[in-house]
Amino acid sequence: MTDLTKLTIAKAREGLKKKEFTAVELAESYIKNMELKRGLNAYVCETPEKALEQAKASQAKIDAGRGGDLEGIPLGIKDLFCTQGIATTACSKILQGFVPPYESTVTAKLLAAGVNFLGKLNMDEFAMGGSNETSAFGPVVNPWSKDKPLVAGGSSGGSAAAVAAEMCAAATGTDTGGSIRQPAAFCGVTGIKPTYGRCSRYGIIAFASSLDQAGPIAKDVRDCAIMLKNMAGHDVKDSTSAKNMVPDFEKVLGGDIRGLRIGIPKEYRPAGLNEEIAAYWDKAAAMLEDQGARIVNVSLPHTKYALATYYIIAPAEASSNLARYDGVRYGKRIDGEHLEDMYVNTRTAGFGAEVKRRIMIGTYVLSAGYYDAYYLKAQKVRRLIRDDFVRAFEQCDVILTPTAPTAAFAIGDKTMRQDPINMWLNDVFTVSVSLAGLPAMSLPIGLNKNGLPLGMQIIGRAFDEETVFKAAEVLEKQAGFKGAK
Amino acid sequence: MSVDVQTVKRIASLAKLKIDEDKAPAAEIEFNKILQWVDLLKEVDTSSVEPLVSVNENFLEMRRDEVTEGNQAEAVLANAPLKEYGYFAVPKVIE
Repeated sequence: MTDLTKLTIAKAREGLKKKEFTAVELAESYIKNMELKRGLNAYVCETPEKALEQAKASQAKIDAGRGGDLEGIPLGIKDLFCTQGIATTACSKILQGFVPPYESTVTAKLLAAGVNFLGKLNMDEFAMGGSNETSAFGPVVNPWSKDKPLVAGGSSGGSAAAVAAEMCAAATGTDTGGSIRQPAAFCGVTGIKPTYGRCSRYGIIAFASSLDQAGPIAKDVRDCAIMLKNMAGHDVKDSTSAKNMVPDFEKVLGGDIRGLRIGIPKEYRPAGLNEEIAAYWDKAAAMLEDQGARIVNVSLPHTKYALATYYIIAPAEASSNLARYDGVRYGKRIDGEHLEDMYVNTRTAGFGAEVKRRIMIGTYVLSAGYYDAYYLKAQKVRRLIRDDFVRAFEQCDVILTPTAPTAAFAIGDKTMRQDPINMWLNDVFTVSVSLAGLPAMSLPIGLNKNGLPLGMQIIGRAFDEETVFKAAEVLEKQAGFKGAK
Repeated sequence: MSVDVQTVKRIASLAKLKIDEDKAPAAEIEFNKILQWVDLLKEVDTSSVEPLVSVNENFLEMRRDEVTEGNQAEAVLANAPLKEYGYFAVPKVIE
């Protein structure tokens, strides 16, 4: 039998239906891979018994001819999603021992579609980081590492690495400023952050509520389309979730892109842009042009303000969201002489350095006397950044940019350690999209001279994931990236 | 804008975090570096711009104020570090 872990969701679904193998066999091959590749540190909690039990139930449904859209597909779940009865920590010490009594809406939808859970995936603590190094469980090792261990990117580092190393058929991720797209690019896999509001945030541990969105990381564009369809939809439990109809994203695949206008924003090509990345960007544009698309130069004039805007808004929302971790209701408690002491001891011991840094910035920009100068100002610039995109999309249908300014770097990289801002610069091509709430996909375009994958980002109009998928699939075919590690 | 060590400590106390005395100067330097970096926004003219609170502000709606999933006391308390008589238990607050 062929190695089942090589199959895409689309192929695995077909094989299951045709009885070429069983859901249990499929789950078993992933479980074997998880054991073999534990050194990558992609999973922080493995649930093989659960996966096998669910696989048995899935097989029974398949045999009875009434399986769901994802019946018997084994997934890894980012540790930010609350999973009923399965430890959920956001990879923070402060949530040690937390076992949610409820299921997040996204994972509940996936379960209803028939998936099996292989376990919970490593990530930056509370999704704050771009290298998975802030995780209380230690960094994920990028499966593409050569002589020294490289980062898998972040914050959904475990999700991207697990997909790349075939330790799950696909994974859930979340993206606040690039947390799906950047790790997908670093690990040579595909991921989409949908439009803000597309997926319910209910049961996803909150980081920055006006930016957080769930999305899939998968082996290819088609699998992302299949996954997203089964994750998205309005939810009464999240007032910011959109009522828009969820289209069958898979249906648009294979369509032609003749006449599609591809925007190239000049602000994304600063003088110092990595040459290989710039070359691949040109190549990607040429590939799309060859298929009949039209290249249009666009301008997003407020791009240079996006990072500063993001690093005011996201920490502000984080400081308020993370106020709930006080040692009273769940997670860790470090006792103190009195209540106030207990709060301080718990939070000081429970949060890692990057999380504390962001809580501090957030507290400052929201504090009396500084609110207008920082937070309100950032919200105003956010509107300008959003309006840039609205204007650009009058001239084009999707926008093509690189996903990240570099390939994966080494774990413990000195430049990144020296200054937190260096790490934040990783988000330079992804945060604007997050601030504007738009859908954007990262897909692998090729390898750099060191043999490491690079990603391209395709950005769409709000609630127009379909065009993003369509263009991404064409580019994927043209690039012919040989994925699996 | 820049802040001094006292302000950094005050922010930490507002955030219910403790900064060790010996680490306060380093925290101050880092804090100021970040503030300096975000000060870039000052050059943007936003005098006639409304703040963007949420990208989907258009579809926020009201709902009835009623209990949807009641009687979950046990589940709510399931993860409490300490509970007594069906309540969360905390250290003494009143002297």
